[in-house]
Amino acid sequence: MNFPGSGIIKGMAVTALNIVGSYFDRAHAKRLITEQYPEERPKLAEASRSFPFLVFDGDDPEKGIRCVACKICEKECPPQCIYIVKDTDANGKPIMRPKVFDIDISVCMGCQICVESCPFESIRMDNIYEVSGYDRFAPLVLHKPQLLKSNAYYHGIRPTEAAATDARIEAARLRKEAAAKAAAAKVAAAKAAAAAKAAGEKAAETKPTQPE
Amino acid sequence: MNFFALLKDFLLQFLGLFKNLETLPVECMRLLREFLTKLGELCGITMPQWALDTVSALVLIVAILVTFLVLFALMSVFERKLLARAQNRYGPNRVGPFGLFQPVADGIKMLTKEDLVPRAADKVVHYLAPIVMVAPALMLPVFLPFGRGMVAVDLSVGILAFFALGAGTELAVFMAGWASNNKYSILGAMRAIAQMISYELPLVTSALVVALVAGTLSPTGIAEAQSGYFCGFLPKWFVCTPWGFAACVLFYIGALSESNRCPFDLPEGESEIIAGHLTEYSGFKYAIFFMAEYVGMFAVNGLLVTLFLGGYNAPFPFLEWVPTWCWFFIKLWAVALSMVWVRTTLPRFRIDQMMQFAWKFLLPMSFVTLLAAAAWYYAGQGPKAWMSPAAWSASALIVLLSYLLLGTFCFTRRHSATNRRYLFSE
Repeated sequence: MNFPGSGIIKGMAVTALNIVGSYFDRAHAKRLITEQYPEERPKLAEASRSFPFLVFDGDDPEKGIRCVACKICEKECPPQCIYIVKDTDANGKPIMRPKVFDIDISVCMGCQICVESCPFESIRMDNIYEVSGYDRFAPLVLHKPQLLKSNAYYHGIRPTEAAATDARIEAARLRKEAAAKAAAAKVAAAKAAAAAKAAGEKAAETKPTQPE
Repeated sequence: MNFFALLKDFLLQFLGLFKNLETLPVECMRLLREFLTKLGELCGITMPQWALDTVSALVLIVAILVTFLVLFALMSVFERKLLARAQNRYGPNRVGPFGLFQPVADGIKMLTKEDLVPRAADKVVHYLAPIVMVAPALMLPVFLPFGRGMVAVDLSVGILAFFALGAGTELAVFMAGWASNNKYSILGAMRAIAQMISYELPLVTSALVVALVAGTLSPTGIAEAQSGYFCGFLPKWFVCTPWGFAACVLFYIGALSESNRCPFDLPEGESEIIAGHLTEYSGFKYAIFFMAEYVGMFAVNGLLVTLFLGGYNAPFPFLEWVPTWCWFFIKLWAVALSMVWVRTTLPRFRIDQMMQFAWKFLLPMSFVTLLAAAAWYYAGQGPKAWMSPAAWSASALIVLLSYLLLGTFCFTRRHSATNRRYLFSE
């Protein structure tokens, strides 16, 4: 129906429906769909990433650390935000463990090249997004204790990738075991062969040798 | 009898007043005067009449000021919440429960801001403008009857005084615009003057319609004329009649425009001229302008309630146990929140559309309602018109026909864009 002013009445009906409806839309299905950020948090996508972190196995971060301080990521990092110092043992001999592992997240650009290049499945991308500090320098450099996060945490934020990583590590371990077993078997076989040979020689000494 | 016994006696009397909420505010004033007289007797002097009058006037002023400033504070938060709801948001919900303390935070923010005055401004006028703006706005509520027998100044020409004082804000807006020495400010002020003068005509004419039928210019008399019921339970409010409904809508539109609210917020027009006459104001002065606008809006809404919505009268006989002043404020809130509803819905007018609307539609329409009210009055022989079919049909016919005619032929859409010439663009 069209009469003078009918458009205004239609418009008023629309806004009235919105105002009243927003009080009855408890599920936030159609109205009030905005996420109330500090109280409600977004469910991040599995592939979302922000800054790298270090994975450790088991419960003790220092014992379970996967990083061997090979410094490949330090060299690969395009903006050079990683700083690593190799640890030494009591005699001053370098050991395969980082003493210092710093990432400057004010420099990091989240390119994930460190993750791609790590041969020990030790550095992975995190999805934290509430990192801030009171100045531009010290609070934005993450040190080893802040960077170390458990494998369980890794499974929590990106299950698919973590499962694949675990499978790879497991396969590598099995391969290594099999190789070790094979090597051991080879050694044993060689030993057995040597023993047999020695026994044969001894027998030959006692018995006359067979014609060739 | 010492002072404390007197105090205790009057406190007990004061608590006794709460048994009858209807007369509570009026009785409080009477009790105050009595208390002052007794206090004078205690001190051995007879209180002179002028002293009593002064003290009770001061108490009244404070009461009305506090009421309307609280209304302003609540309105500022409820308006934002309703606007948000219309846009699928929550609105302010951080300060206090449901964001109810938001006005406090806003107030602190406003008061702690730097008060800037442009170097080229006319400093005296720039300083005076907010004062000239807020004084009449705060004076307007005294003419309104908040309840039966609850009117601060019972003038026989209360409506006339209301409009005379209300017109003072136009001067303040132009003062602000002129003194700021800013082209946006002066543009906003010019628009404000053009708009307010155009819309004052339909506003006053539609108030005149009520005065014609009620036979009085006193707000109390008009509210009293709307008490009672017809057909047993329907309220005798003027908005229920054909001419009253038309005049109410016209008055509402005029009130929207007078209080510079959307869709008539051209003087401020944030997206066009920054904030119009408010551009060069900050901090406390800006807050004063803001307050004057809202208090003025509540005052005009109060007049609308008094003129058309039955003032302090209950809508139905079975609701008469609710105190009359409660009814006044319920209706006041209903009208104020409906203005927010209009604000969420309608976009701002263009200045030529606004002028066209005022002079081609509102003004003729308000004259027609005058005619319809006269027809109602004479066809129904005065106060008996409520039950007269002749009065109803005559005034309804006049209002409806002229609405359709004016609405159809005043707003034929003209496609002027094709032959528009831009004078200064080349």
